[in-house]
Amino acid sequence: MTETSVSPPVNTISNTSFLEKVIAATPGESHLELCIQCGTCGGSCPSGADMDHTPRGLFALITAGMKDTVLKSNTPWFCVSCYYCTVRCPQEIHITDIMYTLKRLAVQEKVYDDSTAPDFSKTFINWVENYGRAFELGLMSMHMLKHNPFGVFKVADMGVGMITKGRMAFRPTRIKGINGLKAILNKAKELEVAA
Amino acid sequence: MTEPKIGVYVCHCGSNIAGMVDVEGVAKWAAENLKHRGVVIARDYKFMCSSTGQEIIQKDIQELGLNRVVVAACSPHLHEQTFRTACKNGGLNPYLCELVSIREQASWVHTDKGEATEKSKSIISGGVERVRWHEPLEPLRVPIHPATLVVGGGIAGIQAALELADAGYPVIMVEREPSIGGHMAQFDKTFPTLDCSACILTPKMVQVGTHPNIKLFSWAEVTSVDGYVGNFQVTIRQKARCVKTDLCTGCGICQEKCPKKVIDDVFEAGLGYRKAIYTPFPQAVPKYPVMDRENCTFFQKGTCKACEKFCPTEAIDFEQQDELFQFDVGQIILATGWDLFDPRRIPQFGYGRLANVFTSLEFERLSNAAGPTGGKIVMRDGVSVPKSVAIVHCVGSRDKNYNNYCSAICCMQSLKFAHLVHERTGAEVYNFYIDIRTPAKSYDEFYQRLLEEGTHFIRGRVAEITDAARKPDEEGKLIVQAENTLIGKQMRMPVDMVILSAGLEPRHDAKEVARLFGISCSADGWYIERHPKLDPIATMTEGVYISGVVQGPKDIPASVVQGAAAAARALGKIQQKEISMEPIRASINQDICSGCRICNNLCPFNAILFHEDLMVSEVNPALCQGCGTCVAACPAGAISGTVFSDQQVLAQLDGLLLTNLKRFEEVPA
Amino acid sequence: MKYSYFPGCSLEKNAAAYDVSTRAVCKPLGIDLVEIEDWNCCGATEYISLNLLASYSLIARNLAQANKNIGVDQVVAPCSACYLNLRKTDKYMHESPDLSKKVNTALAAGGISYQPGSVKIKHLLDVVVNDVGYDTIQAKVTRPLNGLRIAPYYGCMIVRPEFGASAGNGKPLDNTEYPMILDKLLQVLGAEVVDFPLKAHCCGGHMTQISESTGFEMIRQIVKGASDYNADLIVTLCPMCQLNLDAFQGGMNRHFKTSFQMPVLYFTQMIGLAFGMDAKALGIGDELVNARSALAKIGVEVPEPETPKQKRPTKEELPMPHMPKEG
Repeated sequence: MTETSVSPPVNTISNTSFLEKVIAATPGESHLELCIQCGTCGGSCPSGADMDHTPRGLFALITAGMKDTVLKSNTPWFCVSCYYCTVRCPQEIHITDIMYTLKRLAVQEKVYDDSTAPDFSKTFINWVENYGRAFELGLMSMHMLKHNPFGVFKVADMGVGMITKGRMAFRPTRIKGINGLKAILNKAKELEVAA
Repeated sequence: MTEPKIGVYVCHCGSNIAGMVDVEGVAKWAAENLKHRGVVIARDYKFMCSSTGQEIIQKDIQELGLNRVVVAACSPHLHEQTFRTACKNGGLNPYLCELVSIREQASWVHTDKGEATEKSKSIISGGVERVRWHEPLEPLRVPIHPATLVVGGGIAGIQAALELADAGYPVIMVEREPSIGGHMAQFDKTFPTLDCSACILTPKMVQVGTHPNIKLFSWAEVTSVDGYVGNFQVTIRQKARCVKTDLCTGCGICQEKCPKKVIDDVFEAGLGYRKAIYTPFPQAVPKYPVMDRENCTFFQKGTCKACEKFCPTEAIDFEQQDELFQFDVGQIILATGWDLFDPRRIPQFGYGRLANVFTSLEFERLSNAAGPTGGKIVMRDGVSVPKSVAIVHCVGSRDKNYNNYCSAICCMQSLKFAHLVHERTGAEVYNFYIDIRTPAKSYDEFYQRLLEEGTHFIRGRVAEITDAARKPDEEGKLIVQAENTLIGKQMRMPVDMVILSAGLEPRHDAKEVARLFGISCSADGWYIERHPKLDPIATMTEGVYISGVVQGPKDIPASVVQGAAAAARALGKIQQKEISMEPIRASINQDICSGCRICNNLCPFNAILFHEDLMVSEVNPALCQGCGTCVAACPAGAISGTVFSDQQVLAQLDGLLLTNLKRFEEVPA
Repeated sequence: MKYSYFPGCSLEKNAAAYDVSTRAVCKPLGIDLVEIEDWNCCGATEYISLNLLASYSLIARNLAQANKNIGVDQVVAPCSACYLNLRKTDKYMHESPDLSKKVNTALAAGGISYQPGSVKIKHLLDVVVNDVGYDTIQAKVTRPLNGLRIAPYYGCMIVRPEFGASAGNGKPLDNTEYPMILDKLLQVLGAEVVDFPLKAHCCGGHMTQISESTGFEMIRQIVKGASDYNADLIVTLCPMCQLNLDAFQGGMNRHFKTSFQMPVLYFTQMIGLAFGMDAKALGIGDELVNARSALAKIGVEVPEPETPKQKRPTKEELPMPHMPKEG
């Protein structure tokens, strides 16, 4: 008899710990365990067509314990926080909050295929943590350099337009209490790890 | 009090109690430690509720002359009646038997055997102390008036009325609309047989209209209900039709000649028109039209009177007033039906803004041959035939934002619509669903049929219906956006027409009507049955029954069954001529009552009346359900319950706290 | 009426027109803005993607700073994202004493603290239509915007999720799918308001930077939607929406080879115009898609009323369901 290698069926129901982890890492009562897979979220999502898994699909994967697939998915990074899913969900699941949780988990475990979105957030955050305010020029230039260098040409028009209309700041603004803010943020991060 | 001779019986309930409570030990303990309180025998047995178990009690009553019995077993909700009857058959007044729960209250809520056993001892001790104060009671016997009031002329009410009337008893039916028939009269075909709804309904309607035992009031409402089971006095307001029914022949000339057209919001679901004087549909029962005074030109402007001019029998009477009628009835059956969920509450479905989005009732009228389009399934312009139709399941149902429950009939209804659309228009049909619910007889076979007919099923709850096109092939269409969950992709389906299977809701005034009849609604607004599994047509109020969708969403066969069941229950009581009621009642000691009337408004069953002349209140024992609210509330302590007297409760407390274990020299009388 | 003012990072430069027009119209509206001292970025949708507790702490610092304005217990935010973040943080801290404790421990490291519920947080539009009121506004209109067809654009975060009033009156600000408060405001200002089905759809936020085609498609749908309804301009209430629809309109046009020219202005600028103020003083001219030609229509005599004539229903036409009065 020739040996054929057949992969055994995935035991997808035994592991509820990933579902529990996601629920625990989401503020308040997210109700994720109540999902009936109706598809309203997937149907409502404005960026849903470009996600590799719809929000509903992602929840099925979470429930099945497929942690790697979930955290590698581009779904949470394509969420635009429009909250249509959250207000329309018949089970009142706090879907947008769960998307934020998944982003945090993906970054924590450094599991993502496409780093465009996580890097964008990281770059934004860097400016905020060092100056106390967002700095768009800094954000856009660092982001484009890393992820879309030739895109500079495409946005040249817009850039020129913004500069001409006086809508572009060339220097970041630093708040007076930046040291206080840094202390607060560091303390918060310390407490979060401890939790 | 005579010397109490108490028998204590501790049930094992298999391992339900014995698994956590040392039942033999408890029985022995009772025999020894409660001897001085009157316990002459204490036994334990595997299943006290079995006939053997009951016989043990009966034998002891006869041989040992027991005059009180305490059974320690499951909850009284389950077997109180069993043991009371056993005592009765053994020759002891059933109300001298007390059932204490050591299953739900001890065994099932403990994980420590020792603690469960100790608690059981306390519970039994409490029961023993209490039962010493029980008195022999006789159930109240109340005569039953043979007439029955049926409120609501839909299919459930019609069924109930016919069962009672055919059995030879008088029925008074009250229907709020001008004709009986309810929602079923609006439908085109019924699932799964695709019978023509009116064809199967109208023969029953005619039977009701011509039955010698049924007095039918349509265009009428019940305004007040007094009394109690067997003896209700109901007042019915017959709204003025402005038509003399003894002269009207139902010829319909008045309708024809009336110049005022009005949108028919009720029967035609807002899709068609009627006149200011109208019968809602040709097969209306009774045949007499009604005048809609708010839209009648004469009542609004003082001119016209065309109907009066043309009526061949001079039956029009503009002066007619509402009339009140009073009747005595024995029992009441409420079958008031439902209202449709209003999809305007879901703006993203576009109902009311997008012309070609229809509700289920609107579609029924489109499809119905007697409807505004003569049965042609067309779009809102009244002319174009759709080439593609989307049917949306679960609109306003299974949704915590609107109604949490499943409306039970919409899946089948959606399948029926799909079939009718195929058949009449040949259009492509897309059903958007979460689940396909086809539980009853021939229902799943109907789903198979729809699959064979080539219906497209998309598993995905519709997210949005819009006319904002994104691509050229979407222009001019309605776009249904959903996720096809079975393949995990978002999709936009351009269609010509959308039908929303909107859910069922209680009538907008269901709460007020329930209050009128002294029954309760659940949080959703459906009427509450006595037991959801074993008694879905009775209510907590004796003599008032519910049937049909008013008790919860259901299809036509289930409504018919409930109508018949309510009638059977009523018939059973009527034939006994009397009913006996549990003598668990409150009574007011009028010597102590100060006439403060606090109890009057607290009574959930409106069972307390106030005597103006004597300045005291009195409990009507037939309405009283023995809830104890007034007993607790009376500041003068003038009210006591027959099986919940202060003495009984305080004695039970003593027993629970085991203060009775100290020897009493004197046995309190 | 005094409010602690939280402008948000966008209003400093790229949406300076919003800030300038807000300050300009608050005077006649009787709104006294007291800028929050040394406020910091709310984190937008970025900070909370990487940090949870730190994100709440970042936001709560602003609420703590707001408390420094003695006697002022209301915070007003013109940007929908800032509004959502402030409101959400206050609500979650209020609901979870545990979270509140942790956030305050973090704030203590900066020498401040915040008691949840101590300020009411409102979006600028909420303050204008509810605290000031349509009647007051109508009375001050000297140059009604007759002749202008406007597509009101809410975006998502002002109406979703339904947070209701911070102080717990429980009612949502407006319908989450089909809001009307901006429509009503523009009508009061005399403009013709277009019933625009995509008025509460999302503009895409930062999506243009994550996946250009996705972001541009979201912008295209809204601009096309307004254009299909023959709107002269879009009026918005969030700087991110304005940036996406206005500044990225050129990029979107290039991507899809369309040629939309749909100006996008702030509702505060429209109020200012209706109050007779000078356009430049309201920051008009800052927009990349020029609004001049659209605004030239204001006050143009229109010989016939713009509302479509009620056409007599044909014999076959089926009646539409009755909709409750809107506007």
